[in-house]
Order: sequence, then C-alpha cells, then structure tokens
Amino acid sequence: MNQEILLDVRDLHVEFRTRDGVARAVNGVNLRLHPGETLAVLGESGCGKSVTAQAIMGILDTPPAHITGGQVLYRGVDLLQLPERERRKVRANRIAMIFQDALSALNPVYTVGFQLAELFRVHRGTSRGEAKRRAVELLDQVRIPDARRRVNDYPHQFSGGMRQRVMIAMALALDPEVLIADEPTTALDVTVQAQIMNLLADLQRQRTMGLMLITHDMGVVADVADRIAVMYAGRVVEEAPVYDIYGRPAHAYTKALLESIPRLDHKGRQLNVIQGLPPALTDVPRGCSFHPRCAYAREICRHEEPPVYQIAPQRIASCHFVREVLGV
Amino acid sequence: MSDLVLETRGLVKHFPITRGIVFRSKVGAVRAVDGVDLQLRRGETLGIVGESGCGKSTLAKLLVGLEKPTHGEIRVHGDDVTRLSGTAWRRTRRTIQMVMQDPYTSLNPRMTVGDIIGEPYDIHPDAVPHTGQVRAVQELLDLVGLNPDHINRYPHQFSGGQRQRIGIARALALRPEIIVCDEPVSALDVSIQAQVINLLEGLQRQLGLAYIFIAHDLSVVRHISDRVAVMYLGKIVETGHQAAIYEQPTHPYTQALLSAVPVPDPRLRGRREQIVLTGEVPSPADPPSGCRFRTRCWKAQPGCAEHEPLLEIRQRSSHPSACHFAEPHNVMRRF
Repeated sequence: MNQEILLDVRDLHVEFRTRDGVARAVNGVNLRLHPGETLAVLGESGCGKSVTAQAIMGILDTPPAHITGGQVLYRGVDLLQLPERERRKVRANRIAMIFQDALSALNPVYTVGFQLAELFRVHRGTSRGEAKRRAVELLDQVRIPDARRRVNDYPHQFSGGMRQRVMIAMALALDPEVLIADEPTTALDVTVQAQIMNLLADLQRQRTMGLMLITHDMGVVADVADRIAVMYAGRVVEEAPVYDIYGRPAHAYTKALLESIPRLDHKGRQLNVIQGLPPALTDVPRGCSFHPRCAYAREICRHEEPPVYQIAPQRIASCHFVREVLGV
Repeated sequence: MSDLVLETRGLVKHFPITRGIVFRSKVGAVRAVDGVDLQLRRGETLGIVGESGCGKSTLAKLLVGLEKPTHGEIRVHGDDVTRLSGTAWRRTRRTIQMVMQDPYTSLNPRMTVGDIIGEPYDIHPDAVPHTGQVRAVQELLDLVGLNPDHINRYPHQFSGGQRQRIGIARALALRPEIIVCDEPVSALDVSIQAQVINLLEGLQRQLGLAYIFIAHDLSVVRHISDRVAVMYLGKIVETGHQAAIYEQPTHPYTQALLSAVPVPDPRLRGRREQIVLTGEVPSPADPPSGCRFRTRCWKAQPGCAEHEPLLEIRQRSSHPSACHFAEPHNVMRRF
C-alpha cells in the first residue's frame, strides 16, 4: 500500500446545537486515507459516520452543526481553515462524494447531460459542445448503455441503479483523488448492488483513487475494504485491516456486531443479541460509551473512558478489555 | 387433522392501467402477482425472497385480505377465504395477521400503545371480554419484551426496535395461527435486527405460529426459514427446503441472486463465484413471453421465448424449479 497520506482527519469534533440540548455527533475522530485504498467507516445509525463525511466535504448545515475542534488535512492543508472559495475548488476537483439517494442528489429539472456538462463548464471553462461530448464519455465509463441518447434524459427516467451510476459519473467527472461514498448501495437490490460495487472498484483501480466507504453493511465491507474503522457514539472504537477485524475483533462492540448478523452460507443457530440501544447523542454514557450494552463491562468501564491501544502496527482499539476480547 | 394451515392456488393480482378521467378505459395491467401456488404448514416458516417489484409485498397484502385477488384461491384450513363474506370472513381473518415493514409509519402517532395493540378487540369484540382487554394488552406487551406499564405511552416514545415489537404485539392480539411478516427487520439497525429476529423465533416456538417471512435480505431469510420461495416478476421461480435453495439452487435467477449477496467474511473475497446479471428487471406491465427471466439469462435458448417453464420437479432438480434447463449449481462453494 502507498504510504502517502491523502486525507488525514485529526481529532474531529462536531456538535449539533438543538433545542433539546447539544448532541455530540462526532467526538474526536481520527482517520487516514491513502491513495488507492478503500477505507470502510462502519457503524449503525447515529454513530456519526455520515456527519464525519459531511464535515470532510464541508457540507454540514451550520447551524445546527458546528465543528468545534480538529483538523481535516488534505495533502497537508487544513480544509477547515480554507476560505469558502478555495474550499469549493477542493470539493469539486480533489474530493468528491456520492450519496445513498441519487434521486434527491440530482436536480430533477435538468437533463443528466446538462448537469454533467455544467461541471466541465464551471470548473474547467470548457465549451458547451466539448462539455457535452465529455458528459457522454463519462456516462459510457460508468457503463450506461446507449449513453449518447440517454445523456438527454432527466433523472426520473433512469432506474435506481442507473441513477447511482449517473451520480458516480458526476463525482468522478473532475478526476478527484478522494471519493467519499455514503451508503452508495443501501437503497438498491442485491444484484444491482453487485454491479455498482464492481463499477466502483474498477474505477478506483484505474485512477488509484482513495475511497472512503461509509456503510452499515458488513457484507459489502468484507468484499471491498482494505481497512475498517468501526464507529460507535461519535468515536472510532476500532480500526484495523479487514482480515484482522473479521478474524479477530479487538473491541467488544465489533465482536458483538459480527456475532449478531445472520449468514448466507450456513443456517446457524440463535443470533447473539446486543442488548439495548445505541445511546442518544445528547446523553452519551460516561466512561466507555458502549458499557451499558457490553458483555465485558466492569466497574472501570462505567467511570473511565478507555484509552486508544495500539495493538499491532496497523491496529488500534479503544476498549479496557482488549486482551480479553482478543482472547489472549 | 391436516397440518396445512394456508394454501394458495393460482393466485393472481392484476392492477389495471387506465387512461382518461371521464371515460376511463383499461389499456393494460400490471401483473404484480401472476399465478402463485404456495403451502404453509403449522409452526413452519416460509421465506419469500425477490427484488423490488417482484410482487412479494402484493402477495402479502393478498394473503391478509388487504387486496382482493383477480383470480385464484386462498385457503385457510381448506376454506377458500376469497369466497367468504360477512361474519365468516371476519372470523377467518383472525387466524392470519400481518407485521409491517416500517415501524415508523405503521403505528398511528395519535394512539397510545394500549389502543394500538387493543384495536383488534374493538373489531372482534368476542375475542376477549371487554373487562379483560387491558390485561390482555399488558400480557402482549410482556410477551414481546416491552414493559407492561408503558401501555399509555405513544409510539414516538419508543425506539425503532421497540416499535416493531409493538407491531408484533398487535399482530398477536387475536391469537392468529399465521403471521405474514413483510420486511419486518429491514428498517432496523443491525444490532436491533437480531433482537427482533430472535423474538419472532421465540414466539414461533412458544405459540406454534406459522410465518410467511418476506424479505429482500437473503441471509436473514435463510436464518429464519424452513422453506424458501424465490419470486421473479410475479411468479415463484424456485421453491424448496432452505438448504436446497441455498446450496443446490437450480434456477439461474436464484443462482445469480445468491452469488450477488455479500458475505461478511473477507477470506471469501475473490473466491466466490459472481454472476453479474446484465440489464434491468422488465416491467411487470409487459413481461417477456415464455420464461420471464430469459431477457437476463445466460442459459436462454430461442425456445425459452415460446414455452413458459412450469414450476415443477425436474430431471436435474429435486425441488420445484421453473427453468427448462434447471440444474443444481452451488454458487457459495469456495474455490
């Protein structure tokens, strides 16, 4: 793996100031992304994975969201300190993002060709004709059949999978080095999901792009990720290469999560259940935020926030009982 | 006494496509469910899988009587309920209840949990004597793992998983024998999914319920089902014991579907066969002639456009499969 660091998120804090109180959605997240690598950010709803992505992209709604600390370094430059004009350039050219719901991410009153061509015209100053030609080329690259004709269609004329392809085309139009994909296949059927994940993997390989895949689907992650960061209640609780996490999880939450999913390849017995619910972000438990649901929890977990242990060169876990969870 | 609690024969639901407002004329039909035969035995779970638009949710609605079939029979304990009306219809409907997908929209936000779970008793006053209703509701809450003291709370005071438990309690109120679950866990987070799946399994053991379990998540379906039916464009294309469907699938569509499901084990990466289907699901308003899967099938021959394959046991398929060229092929084998 290339050791150059494309994106370096350091100690990021985001809070939402609402009438019901302050929700600490992201509580000191550290993430690194290398060229050509796929980093999966895995977690359940409300764990802060999407907010982290939006903070990196600079598309959080402020208010209610406020970035209260940390840095987002892209090739050493802190994006959070850049003026909006500069930030916009980075957003289109360097870091792009795709979303779960392509229908609401695309503008319904313009053809997809217009929306794709607009990117070239605004950011590259390309002529109309040339921009249109490149739009067709892009649709072709994301394997939309009959691209020359479909370029004049509106988003609603495409199926779910095809719309997702259009959005990928749009994200990749200006050759970004980083692609953030927020649940890109969650709304799609499995056969279409397989097509889209294959497409993403191919495009990533061709461009040695860094891919940050935000998802809750442990099947998809096992198929495509190089490294995984598991998030819970606004923190990264474990980070490791994909084989290590599935083989020997080091955090009690990761372990419990893996034991709670049914498998396709054997019938299995009763599922292991994680009791209770993820915490409300306005009221995250003291100590380890997972302790009320944890099978390993003891007195110390209630009072002391677990430190981040480096358990192997590329592995960290934030659990008081790492050794016990690992079974060493 | 026969163990068969539910059976459908040639069940069809067509939704008319009309044109015009004053002079409405029928110009076509969406063939959502197009000839489905299924059997369900006491205490058994039949899983129904398929992609969006295959008709699985319409099938669920037909089974519980929320839609009227265009043709065909739905037999509960041998009686065709599509012919029943009035009191007899109401009495039969008690035996078959439903759990919906979305626990956020399927509960009335202005009703208390007690009213929601107890509403079936207003419609069927003879189910539980009036004075015993509150207790009955509290017992149901307890049965699904909720605090019986929360009977006067409103749905918004509960989490997604708890709301799904409320939906399950409501389905159990009339002591049904059959519960149709339409994507009961797809709206839930992974850690909550397992809680609800285990609850459904526990209730089945305790009460001897039979489930029709409809879902698009093939892993969940395998976990909970005894038998599985695979649907494509309104028809069942393959059905059998769960192990037969998952390990010896004979229909190309089942094989493609299974090969596309990601397995949470990175060691299998690149070592599983991947059949990537090209194209899209055709419109159910205008399904292909002959075999409906032929437009996306790699085995298709000219004959497939003319002869519709029946769902039957074939020379090379020990369980019913609707493919002229059915043969077992384990796509989950590691190689």
